[in-house]
Amino acid sequence: MIEIKDLHKSYKMGSNSLHVLKGLNFNIEEGELVAIMGSSGSGKSTLLNILGMLDELDEGSYTLDGVPIKNLNETKAAEYRNKFLGFIFQSFNLINYKTALENVALPLYYQGVSRKERQEKALKYLEQVGLKEWAGHLPSELSGGQKQRVAIARALAAEPKVLMADEPTGALDSKTSYEVMDLIQKINDDGNTILVVTHEPDIADMCKRIVHLKDGVIVEDKKVDQVRASQYV
Amino acid sequence: MFNQDRWKEILQVLTTNWFRTILTAFGVFWGIFILILLLSAGKGLENGIRSNFGDIATNTMFTWTQKATKAYKGLPKDRIYYYTTDDVPALWNNIDGLRYVSPRNQSGGFNGGGNVVRGLKTGAFSIYGDYPEIIKQQPMDITSGRFINQLDIDQKRKVAIIGLDVRKSLYDKDEEVLGTYIKINNVNFMVIGTYKKSENNGRGEAQKEIYTPFTTFSQVFNRGNDIGWMAITAVDGTPITDIKEQIFTLLKERHRIHPEDNRAIGHFDLYEEFSRVQRLFGALRFIGYFVGILVLLSGVIGVSNIMLIVVKERTKEIGIRRALGESPWSIKKQILMESIFLTIISGMAGIVMGALTIYGVNYLLDANGPIPMFVNPSVNLGVVTVALIILIVSGLFAGFIPANSAIKVRPIEALRTE
Repeated sequence: MIEIKDLHKSYKMGSNSLHVLKGLNFNIEEGELVAIMGSSGSGKSTLLNILGMLDELDEGSYTLDGVPIKNLNETKAAEYRNKFLGFIFQSFNLINYKTALENVALPLYYQGVSRKERQEKALKYLEQVGLKEWAGHLPSELSGGQKQRVAIARALAAEPKVLMADEPTGALDSKTSYEVMDLIQKINDDGNTILVVTHEPDIADMCKRIVHLKDGVIVEDKKVDQVRASQYV
Repeated sequence: MFNQDRWKEILQVLTTNWFRTILTAFGVFWGIFILILLLSAGKGLENGIRSNFGDIATNTMFTWTQKATKAYKGLPKDRIYYYTTDDVPALWNNIDGLRYVSPRNQSGGFNGGGNVVRGLKTGAFSIYGDYPEIIKQQPMDITSGRFINQLDIDQKRKVAIIGLDVRKSLYDKDEEVLGTYIKINNVNFMVIGTYKKSENNGRGEAQKEIYTPFTTFSQVFNRGNDIGWMAITAVDGTPITDIKEQIFTLLKERHRIHPEDNRAIGHFDLYEEFSRVQRLFGALRFIGYFVGILVLLSGVIGVSNIMLIVVKERTKEIGIRRALGESPWSIKKQILMESIFLTIISGMAGIVMGALTIYGVNYLLDANGPIPMFVNPSVNLGVVTVALIILIVSGLFAGFIPANSAIKVRPIEALRTE
């Protein structure tokens, strides 16, 4: 599903440049649930941004579902993001003047799906995350866990190839974190490929594979026995 | 364009901060309001001045004789001479571009006493001897009967057409006028028509005139072949101002006036006066547009400014939307439409407010009687259309910079949390 070869990325900081990613190689197969771990400054967010087409790589190659991701203009990148990727952010990033339903329907709107179909689909995904009754509420009327679940529904709505979660539990207490992870695991059980960036070991343990980044290189890449989040809920 | 979700979003965004939206809108509102008021005030002034000209053919010059001031060809200076009826065919034969040449004779008026009598009533009026064409140069409404015709001229009929005020002073209110006789300088004329002129809103000297056939006038009042003055109109497209020197040269030749004796011929060039007034209105309109558009511009800059702030505030939101796959063009369109929408709505309000104000002013003018030189201030549909186009263009202009800055932010920067 995702193929990364010899990936390099550096940032210019004034006169000196900062080499953040130093030649990464890894593949992610369909249906995997991968945790990318590392302390701050290890380059994990940069990696996610490149995988999410929010940032461009300097060297190496990146292939997503057989499509080489290279030299995209903004319009093309937007189209690919919409088609291939679903994002889940630490700070939820819901649009605050739109209701939960409208938020979930947003990626479908960009795909040009008709209004009626959009609403039906959005409602379906809200139901899947258990928030059907909250469809008409604004984000400000929801709790943190609910907001993240709306965000997950939104990420699912476009039926992407890969879900990318950037510290999905970073802003939540541990009980809610486990609820969210439980949801992510269930979505993975349905066959979705999911990438989770986190620095919390217990969250990483709930994935099936952990990729450890340190100072821009992969120091460890291992399969783990998944800890089911449902046992904590 | 007519996308329900897009419009919903525009309304959502603009109504989030009502106070700010209204303050911003006020700038544009005020600009277009001032523009409309200035233009309509200019129009009112123009209407006022124009109504003084009435329907007179403006490509017209009046010319009369004065004293020769130079001795020429053995003739002394201070000689008094008159145009003669022979001058008319001479003008037709030698000058191109003439439309009407009306020789006229006049008595009474400024120096006249009680010259018209009917039964026990008398009045002092201007009496004209005229050709039928004069009605095309100085239009008047024939309110009853008819004007002079060629038969009247040929047969030298003693007939007269009288003005509104003449009728008022010589007749009772419901009295039949046509077919009655009035005595002008002790000669009986039959009244065959009445008229009303639109000059000066139908008031003043213009209604105190009596028209008789030129030939009758000359014979009855002993004018021989002399002409008091001439009204000369040129064809459309040839300003009378351009050919008047030719006319003067010809007339001077015919009456043995020194070619450089300009004081021997008196004239009044209506076209020149009218063009001057015309230019004045052109200038007024220019000032109206200039000031109005400048005021509007400051409103538009206000919109642009606020849109920039809105974009800044929504940086993160725009980042999210781009991460979800909205194309840059779609975002740009959104910002542009918000700006145009805001501009047009407030502009429309300004136009409506301006129109209501004009309506109010017109109502007051109607109620309190006319003010000299100011009639029916108004803006026509053309001006409103121009205003609307200005609004759309300025809305685009106002949204352009903010929209560009909105898509310049890279999604990754917009999403960078805390």
